[in-house]
Amino acid sequence: MRVLLRKNPVDLLFLTITAIASATVLVLIAGILYVLFLKSSLAIEKFGILNFIFSTDWDPVRQIFGAATTLFGTAVTTILALFFAIPVAIGTAIFITEIAPNFMKGPIGIAIELLAAIPSIIYGMWGLFTLAPIMAEYIEPALQNTLGKVPLLGALFAGTPMGIDLFTASIILSIMIIPFTASIARDSFNLTPAIVKESAYAIGATKWEVVKNVILPYSKSGVFGGIILSLGRALGETMAVAFVLGNNHQISSSLFHAASTITVTLANEFTEADTDIYLSSLFYLALILFVMSFIALAVAKIFLLRAQKRYSA
Amino acid sequence: MKRAVTIVFTIIVAMMTTIAFAGETLNGAGATFPYPVYSAWAWDYNKITGIKLNYQSIGSGGGQRQIANRTVDFGASDAPLKPGKLNKLKLYQFPAVIGGVVPVVNIPKMKAGQIRLDGEAMCGIFLGTITTWNDKIISGLNPGLKFPDKKITVVHRSDGSGTTAIFTTYLSGICSKWKDKVGAGKAVKWPTGIGGKGNEGVANYVRRVKYSIGYVEFAYAKQNKLTYTLLKNPAGTFVKPNFQSFQDAAASGKFDPKKHFYLWLTNAPGKNAWPIAGATFILLAREKRDSNINTVKFYDWAFNNGDKTAKRLVYVPLPEALKDKVRGYWKSHGIY
Repeated sequence: MRVLLRKNPVDLLFLTITAIASATVLVLIAGILYVLFLKSSLAIEKFGILNFIFSTDWDPVRQIFGAATTLFGTAVTTILALFFAIPVAIGTAIFITEIAPNFMKGPIGIAIELLAAIPSIIYGMWGLFTLAPIMAEYIEPALQNTLGKVPLLGALFAGTPMGIDLFTASIILSIMIIPFTASIARDSFNLTPAIVKESAYAIGATKWEVVKNVILPYSKSGVFGGIILSLGRALGETMAVAFVLGNNHQISSSLFHAASTITVTLANEFTEADTDIYLSSLFYLALILFVMSFIALAVAKIFLLRAQKRYSA
Repeated sequence: MKRAVTIVFTIIVAMMTTIAFAGETLNGAGATFPYPVYSAWAWDYNKITGIKLNYQSIGSGGGQRQIANRTVDFGASDAPLKPGKLNKLKLYQFPAVIGGVVPVVNIPKMKAGQIRLDGEAMCGIFLGTITTWNDKIISGLNPGLKFPDKKITVVHRSDGSGTTAIFTTYLSGICSKWKDKVGAGKAVKWPTGIGGKGNEGVANYVRRVKYSIGYVEFAYAKQNKLTYTLLKNPAGTFVKPNFQSFQDAAASGKFDPKKHFYLWLTNAPGKNAWPIAGATFILLAREKRDSNINTVKFYDWAFNNGDKTAKRLVYVPLPEALKDKVRGYWKSHGIY
């Protein structure tokens, strides 16, 4: 307090304004959490926590709700999207930082950032009108004829290929999260001190060895943080997925089946949720997603902090 | 400086005249299905009377909630509310326009109106017990047609909607298995198939996926020239979905003003009635007499002058007898 008083009045005013601004953010988050909790309390009371999470029922007619099917859809699309996106994103980042000649770095970097700027509904429409038919006619039948013949693994590719399924949705999602992972990975790679890299080159290491043994270990935490950030984005993505996922509350072993995610369910069913328990269950889903995203971002933050600490040390 | 003052002054005057000219506004919210026809009526009505209609198509559920909370002058819902609920929420209810649902298919070489389906076939297809197009039940209904041995893909709505409510009420009416297993509602637990968002989503999926069957609103099927099927109605006739068969359904439905017109028009008894029809309803708050009179004036005007507009937009106007019943209902509640 004494420190504050000693400052001049303009500074004090400035401090107060910025403090209020940042307090607003905290209040908003607390407020959202509170409202979600309040609105979902009816469903929490009726269905419990574990029972709700593990129940595959989503029956608006009988007013019985469970989150398992949407959690399944959310988890599968997110994990698959990361599976497709991470290699591409990290490869791109390595290319930009280490391999590309200087005149290419700018354009490629901007192109990646532009990917992030495309509104998600456009990805959705592109997915439905362009990607889904290609998937249905070429890619999915091809997968069925090759990987689909392998025992056990084949179950993943069973069913009629329609292009409107978990697989297509995951591919769209992966394209959407590539920019996040790639730009954070690029920044982390750039944090590697030039002196360490040069020493490695000096003792005769090849480019591949430098990337593998110096840059990747050095920026591990940062890259991981970036991955978790894109995971948060994939968890919350709605419109693009709603177009190509088929929106069905079911759990199936095949990637060529329709499914539903938490956000898609919210977008689809909010307007016509006419009973209290239905509405409350939707809020409950939102609460679960909020907590999941919160945990994901917290983990990301921890890893980023660790990366920074290593850099400053 | 002088010029700046003049400009500001002009703007203020312009704004004030706009406000004065805007006059009265009716606020409504609810079902998305009748939105195009309500806004077309509102446009014409505004030209004649100067009264503006502000209708937000937020969905039937939202419409019911908003009128229950009294935040709008009227709510609109594709699903009728039961008299008990209307009394509890202190609401009036009357039908405004007729709509319906049409099954659409994608089978190469099959044309619109060629395939005949009945209750048993529809029930089996949507329950997932009839899995291929060359099933005996389907080919039995269509002796002249040759169906391929292909798996049927069912396409349904993924978002909650009045269309689904009408369609599942129809299925529940003709099929006890459906009634026990799934039931009727704006969103149900579908035993099979994939879900598209909105009529356009379902239509797109049906167009995209070969050997699929879905259901869309009549207007949507007609405007997009989708391959619809014929359906067998309770009177035993195979009917085509058109204005006539929808009006037959509406005319043979027993709308009762004492029950606030609570009625599902599905499986109507008329000889040529389309079996999956439904009225879309307007909800009014009982204590708001003044705004109710204004709303009723608008709908009375639409009943008298709006049939042509409605038909142009492929909505089925209420039959004259039903319009008179609605007017009687308004009169008996003192808002006409």
